[in-house]
Amino acid sequence: MSQLLTVAAEEMENPLVPPIPELVIGLIAFVIVFGFLAKKLLPNINKVLEQRREAIEGGIEKAEAAQTEAQSVLEQYKAQLAEARHEAARLRQEAQEQGAALITEMRAEGQRQREEIIAAGHSQIEADRKAAASALRQDVGKLATDLAGKLVGESLDDHARQSRVIDRFLDDLEEKAEASR
Amino acid sequence: MSADPTQVLAFETDCHIFDGCGFPAPGLHSFLFEPLVGDADSNVYFNKTMLLALLGSIIVVGFFWAAFRKPKVVPGKLQMVAETGYDFIRRGVVYETIGKKEGEKYVPLIVSLFFFIWMMNLWSIVPLAQFPVTSIISYPLVLALIVYVLWVSLTFKRHGFVGAFKNFTGYDKSLGAVLPLSMTIEFFSNLLVRPFTHAVRLFANMFAGHTLLLLFTIASWYLLNGIGIAYAGVSFIMVIVMTAFELFIQALQAYVFVLLTCSFIQGALAEHH
Repeated sequence: MSQLLTVAAEEMENPLVPPIPELVIGLIAFVIVFGFLAKKLLPNINKVLEQRREAIEGGIEKAEAAQTEAQSVLEQYKAQLAEARHEAARLRQEAQEQGAALITEMRAEGQRQREEIIAAGHSQIEADRKAAASALRQDVGKLATDLAGKLVGESLDDHARQSRVIDRFLDDLEEKAEASR
Repeated sequence: MSADPTQVLAFETDCHIFDGCGFPAPGLHSFLFEPLVGDADSNVYFNKTMLLALLGSIIVVGFFWAAFRKPKVVPGKLQMVAETGYDFIRRGVVYETIGKKEGEKYVPLIVSLFFFIWMMNLWSIVPLAQFPVTSIISYPLVLALIVYVLWVSLTFKRHGFVGAFKNFTGYDKSLGAVLPLSMTIEFFSNLLVRPFTHAVRLFANMFAGHTLLLLFTIASWYLLNGIGIAYAGVSFIMVIVMTAFELFIQALQAYVFVLLTCSFIQGALAEHH
């Protein structure tokens, strides 16, 4: 047995001559590895690597979207703020204008009332004057008539009497005036 | 170089210097194994290298099975390690040489080749196994043949018969009178020498590495007598250094093998110019 093996070994001693059974087993061993890796395990990991890539890119996309949204919201806020400022300015301006208008209006109203009052005063005075004038005219007529009656009752030639009558008349008049006051 | 294939260990254990015992140098017999099952004469047998080859493929599949069976988008530790290895071959080797578009199809083959070869090489320093499977020419040869069949058929498929012939021979009109010579050399170089060197490069590296490791290991033991003990220490340090070196060479040779594979595929797919 040992002899045979030695002979066989010597035949196989050229290390570059491939023993066939090893060739077959080598092929089988490699096909096992290749089969499992190519059919199942590498497609498995490729799928996951793809998922991971997508997840990472998705995350980046999400972050980008969030950033864009934040940007737009910020811009919106800024616009709103500017609008609010503008509105406030406008309101202030309006209030100012309104105040000014109010003041002018009130001034005008005051003026108008003053004029009204003045006009009323004037007309009152005029009415009073007219009333006084008419009353006076009546009184004067009456007085003149009285005076004439009295004059007629006395001698018109007597100058002294005449002047006495007039004096009396005037005294009467004065008295009346005193009395009416 | 008297081989005794019946011996299980690489050398006699009771042989030391100054004992009147010659140095049991490692040699070709170190690469021969008595069949565990069957008969070496009948070509139907099962030996240590076959066991290691099958075990190795189970380990590779087991590792990737554990890592990639239920892969997660947020990877665990094992998946991370496996992904790093996968990505290194995919990006660093396949995409770099063949390109992403054309190379995607060959990624599974190249990844399988790399990790299979690496595992076969790694057996060299795994305790108890301690034999690089790829130092038996059959294993590198079968892989080189798979690659050979692939790139030759790819060349025919891509360029047609005449185009493939031009591709194999490096046909280039501008060479003028040298063209026949150049074509002959290229033809032999590409179609005959290439698969041979592809296999032998891996085989010889592992063969030499294993021989070196054996040499220093046997010497460490053999010198363990009298003044020899001092030399045994030096030899043992060399064992450690060589083991570390082998660890590097094992990964490097697996890398070189797949890099060449990619370069052959790329050459087959490239437009003739």
